[in-house]
Amino acid sequence: MADQSKKPHQDPETTGHEWDGIEEFNNPLPRWWLWVFYATIVWGIWYVIAYPAWPLVEGAPAGYKNWSTRANIAADIAAAEAANAGMNTRLASAELTAIADDAELNGYAISAGGAVFRTWCAQCHGSGAAGAKGYPNLLDNDWLWGGDIAAIHATISHGIRTEEDDDTRYSEMPVFGDILEEEEIVQVANYVVSLSGDAPDATAVIAGEMVFMDNCASCHMEDARGDREQGAPNLADAIWLYGGDFETVMQTIEGSRFGVMPAWNTRLSEAEIRAVSAYVHQLGGGE
Amino acid sequence: MSNYIKLIALGLITLCALIAANYARDLAYLVNALTIALVAAGMFLWVLRNTDEPVVKRDLSGEYHDGVIRAGVIATALWGVVGFLVGTFIAFQLAFPSLNFEWAQGLANFGRLRPLHTSAVIFAFGGNALIATSFYVVQRTCAARLWGGNLAWFVFWGYQLVIVLAASGYLLGATQSKEYAEPEWYVDLWLTVVWLAYLAVFVGTLVRRKEPHIYVANWFFLSFIITVAMLHVVNNISIPVSIFGSKSVQLFSGVQDAMTQWWYGHNAVGFFLTAGFLGMMYYFIPKQAGRPVFSYKLSIIHFWALIFLYIWAGPHHLHYTALPDWASTLGMVFSIILWMPSWGGMINGLMTLSGAWDKLRTDPVIRMMVISLGFYGMSTFEGPMMSIRAVNSLSHYTDWTIGHVHSGALGWNGMITFGALYFLVPKLWNRERLYSLSLVSWHFWLATIGIILYAASMWVTGIMEGLMWREVDANGFLVNSFADTVAAKLPMYVVRGLGGVMFLAGAIIMCFNLYMTARQGPATQATGSAVPAE
Repeated sequence: MADQSKKPHQDPETTGHEWDGIEEFNNPLPRWWLWVFYATIVWGIWYVIAYPAWPLVEGAPAGYKNWSTRANIAADIAAAEAANAGMNTRLASAELTAIADDAELNGYAISAGGAVFRTWCAQCHGSGAAGAKGYPNLLDNDWLWGGDIAAIHATISHGIRTEEDDDTRYSEMPVFGDILEEEEIVQVANYVVSLSGDAPDATAVIAGEMVFMDNCASCHMEDARGDREQGAPNLADAIWLYGGDFETVMQTIEGSRFGVMPAWNTRLSEAEIRAVSAYVHQLGGGE
Repeated sequence: MSNYIKLIALGLITLCALIAANYARDLAYLVNALTIALVAAGMFLWVLRNTDEPVVKRDLSGEYHDGVIRAGVIATALWGVVGFLVGTFIAFQLAFPSLNFEWAQGLANFGRLRPLHTSAVIFAFGGNALIATSFYVVQRTCAARLWGGNLAWFVFWGYQLVIVLAASGYLLGATQSKEYAEPEWYVDLWLTVVWLAYLAVFVGTLVRRKEPHIYVANWFFLSFIITVAMLHVVNNISIPVSIFGSKSVQLFSGVQDAMTQWWYGHNAVGFFLTAGFLGMMYYFIPKQAGRPVFSYKLSIIHFWALIFLYIWAGPHHLHYTALPDWASTLGMVFSIILWMPSWGGMINGLMTLSGAWDKLRTDPVIRMMVISLGFYGMSTFEGPMMSIRAVNSLSHYTDWTIGHVHSGALGWNGMITFGALYFLVPKLWNRERLYSLSLVSWHFWLATIGIILYAASMWVTGIMEGLMWREVDANGFLVNSFADTVAAKLPMYVVRGLGGVMFLAGAIIMCFNLYMTARQGPATQATGSAVPAE
């Protein structure tokens, strides 16, 4: 070591070894370090007696605290279910339209329904329920299959175009690319766009109206305001599920759309479906 | 004569690689096979040109083998910058998802770049740093030249090939989906070969030593090399779907696979990033401080305690999962008992400075080493704390874990490596001193503030999202949707990205400083002779 001479004289002994100029002092273990180390070992011995830690042939004993993550979570779930059992029974048996008039039940339903929505529905409809392309906005007054609470409840229960559910909402728009001439599709797309905005080719609108009346009005109605019985969207309200620009409308007519929502009655309880129906109903567009 | 054998071997490898490329079932495999063919063909030509040339035999046994260490230093610095750059970019991808460009889908989206970042930093930057410093330290503390002649070069270039194959594979989608063990089966096999060669060089040099005792740094390096070999082999046992494809199937399944993976994953931290870097610390801190190591006893006790305890701590990554409770308990208990053995290294390093604390004012290199020990101590306290089940139920799956890893990786591994590079470059290139100490100071402060921004923002966002996930209303219903918790993290993600920018800027300054040191610093007398210390 270079500056051994400059070191203060209280330097302890070294071990006498040296590697590339490095020496080692013969200092004892720091006492606080040693005692904390011992303390963690003592604590560890207690902990493996108190908690499950010993895998034996017949499984691991639960320790003297009889502790188990599985049992704990099962108990937590059971306690939560027991705490809400009364309200859930009331909710499941109430008249759907009467929920909103019962302040206590309604408050519970909206709180529970919000949690259901954020867990199961937010992935498509957005956590604020504003929707996305292909997934309806649930905040506005525009409803494909009806916006009163009974209609919302039926939609959530049975889903939309869910094969497994016989009561599902079902309708199918034809693929007009196979039925109409390209020119006719351009015309009718111009007409549809003109209903709530400016068509790119105003001269095609009149011809498009003829095509519309012959091919589209049976579902979307002559005034193009749609038909909830068939889930046929209102085309005149400037609210679009897939987009209202000319290109997208062309795509929709040529290739059709086939939006699907699961039937939730196989995954959620009746009380949960009613809760989320009440929640969606009060978001702003409920009828 | 040996050149002819080499030529035959290289020719065969080239041929086999080309056949493999021809029958390749996926793009990653094709590119990797072509890479191997190219490398082998290049080496074939190189050997051919040197065959039957007159060889000048020189006795090198009295000199240290420093060429491979110089290459390792360069590789460390360059891979470091690559790793930090990718990390900073993906940090901003998380803050601003539109940086996952549409045109780069399936190549440079977050999912492809994330393993590139982790592997570049841990294995390319950290691994090269460990190989280079262990070669330097083992020669100096054994007063012996590296054993095995050019085997050390094989280790270096073989390891670079692992990095290139793994990195290009990740970008093209070859991954076995095990964190920190993503490379597919053929890269794993090659790494095994390289790693055994590394073990042979290291042990061979230890056997050759002229010192009576083995220095503590070498205990740590050796335990790191042996344990990583074992971890790597066991965690990568898999069966290729096709010899001509990159995909393989793991031998273990379900929770056994998860437990094997985290036994590996945690000990990659314990032996790669802790034991190996402690070896680095035990040489460079006493050298730079010019003081003896604080306590020989402490180094023995904490070494054996550390390597005995670490290997059991893996299950704490799987609390509250399908893992049986008893395994989770053991992981937690061993993690907590590990607290003091981990701190033993910090104490031994910091106390080595007693009597030399004034150097902190004047020497930014030692400042770097000291702050690395500070971050080491902080993360080895935080780790046992996060392994406690009650804490883990909040912290697990949140950004807190990411912050914890980075205070260790950037603070401890990064800073001690930077310190070692600043120590090594003047020595290896025979320069009197570094090009600029004030640039080292710049690096120090940029890196330190960057790490603090990183760790602090991840604490905030981690604890926040943990609390948001479990927040329930009076009836016990969840209050937040997952997307709400993601949206709430944006400001902290931006801060984290800025921390990354600062850390990256510091590393670029370091590269400049080291380059200028090597290029134009004043020369000193060579110090490369292997003479036992008096």
